[in-house]
Amino acid sequence: MMETRTNPPVLEASGIVRDYPGAGGLFRRARPVRALKGISFAVEQGRTLAVVGESGCGKSTLARIITLIDPATEGTLRIDGQPVDIARETLSREMRRKVQIVFQNPYGSLNPRQKVGDMLMEPLILNTADSAAERREKAMAMLVKVGLGTEHFHRYPHMFSGGQRQRLAIARALMVNPRLLVLDEPVSALDLSVQAQVLNLLADLQEEFDLTYVFISHDLSVVRYIADEVMVMWLGEVVEYGSRDALFGDPQHDYTRTLFAATPVTDLAAIRARIARRRAAGIGTAGIGA
Amino acid sequence: MTDVTPTPTRSERARLLRDFWFYFSENRGAVIGLAVFVALVLLAIFAPLIAPHSPTLQHRDLLLTPPAWVAGGNPDFLLGTDAVGRDILSRLIFGARQSLFIGCVVVSIALSGGILLGLVAGFFGGWVDAVIMRVMDVILAFPSLLLALVMVAILGPGLMNAMIAIAIVLQPHFARLTRAAVMAEKNREYVMAARVAGAGRLRLMFRTILPNCLAPLIVQGTLSFSNAVLDAAALGFLGMGAQPPTPEWGTMLAEAREFILRAWWVVTFPGLAILITVLAINLVGDGLRDALDPKLKRS
Repeated sequence: MMETRTNPPVLEASGIVRDYPGAGGLFRRARPVRALKGISFAVEQGRTLAVVGESGCGKSTLARIITLIDPATEGTLRIDGQPVDIARETLSREMRRKVQIVFQNPYGSLNPRQKVGDMLMEPLILNTADSAAERREKAMAMLVKVGLGTEHFHRYPHMFSGGQRQRLAIARALMVNPRLLVLDEPVSALDLSVQAQVLNLLADLQEEFDLTYVFISHDLSVVRYIADEVMVMWLGEVVEYGSRDALFGDPQHDYTRTLFAATPVTDLAAIRARIARRRAAGIGTAGIGA
Repeated sequence: MTDVTPTPTRSERARLLRDFWFYFSENRGAVIGLAVFVALVLLAIFAPLIAPHSPTLQHRDLLLTPPAWVAGGNPDFLLGTDAVGRDILSRLIFGARQSLFIGCVVVSIALSGGILLGLVAGFFGGWVDAVIMRVMDVILAFPSLLLALVMVAILGPGLMNAMIAIAIVLQPHFARLTRAAVMAEKNREYVMAARVAGAGRLRLMFRTILPNCLAPLIVQGTLSFSNAVLDAAALGFLGMGAQPPTPEWGTMLAEAREFILRAWWVVTFPGLAILITVLAINLVGDGLRDALDPKLKRS
């Protein structure tokens, strides 16, 4: 999928800066900690931007700003071409609806005292004028769409497995027909077989609803699978930003190379080469040779 | 499974109730507690029909009669009589009205006030939190009975004023408990998710966060019920609560203090009544917490 698309960007950020108030001491002025140092990017409709970086590089801060939970200290954020600034004005329902998020930990992101059906219908109550019957119908349909059944409607979250919970979180985010879905490490808390299922579900849903994703991850194999564009972050800065193939094919920045080198390689030739190297170095042969 | 018709809300409620009873009845202690509590409530409601004598009528020739099964007992007075010849059984039955009323009113005032203050303090934080919590600390710093006494002295003696005073004294416990629970829950991701879904502050506070904080509050509520009964008794003893000859368990206990060595039944039975009531309510509270907490449910 390398054809150039001319869709207007759903999300456009320029020069996003975020400061956190730092800890001041008795004799020391509080100096703010700059978590994001001027981030700029744009995502077109139906595309996936992956944000990659190590822990503490500002990925989640960025996610909170894009999702309109926290305001940016500086910089502008445009959604569908309209500038949004939650520090200055209250968010309209229409804007609130456009961006939704799926959190990393499916065990913390579902209210333990809310039944699945109520959870799915809550965004509709708050954002639409649907009748109770319509809400119910939509929630049921969404349950089926994310691969669960209508019989799950009356259950509590603790009755579900991690993968099922993440499906529920995705269903909740999609209830209000968002334009942009922010996925904050949506599969890193799941085991490998379930990861693939959830990623496939996300890909299917993207196609079906023409969704735009901002996919935050530190897992490069996942990123390679799902992303169209990749943005590598390091200490609150963008160090590399480009299409997936360009970035994986020829990483420019040192940090990106370090990141790729830190990924475990699992293909057979690489494993053989590694064993051969170890043999040559005389490590690990005791168990095999003796 | 494809055509799902919306079920009417009434059958939904019935199902909820059935679910609740199923989980509640798993806990045998809670069921026993509930039975005792219901019996007490019935006793209080039908007191004039059940009690063998008037609670205030003095049998001047039968002072300090021992219970019926003890030597010298009178079968007319099953649990004996007190120092002025009133039937203890009748007074206990009528006293159930006072004690249950005090407990209910005090706990509901303290619970609603405490939850509201704790919720606001925990949710907004900052100076709102500081102001509310320092006021609560001041209330907690006083010996509770002394503070209640001062308040009754200001408001004037009487059962209603005593109840208000006790509620104010008990209320910081609820506020602190609520605040702690709200602060722990507020930063959880499901609250964030509700915010992203468009929930306003009130909805977040009362619909999203509060239900997740209720378990410790229910237990504290049942414990406070007993505290309320005992504090009301203490105030009655000091002449600031239920005024004699009102048959209130605590007041009965206080009046009987000087006969502890001579006539054990005068102190024992009111004490037992308080003990059984408190125990029953605590058991119900425990079962309630288990039944209301979906995490403890076996699916």
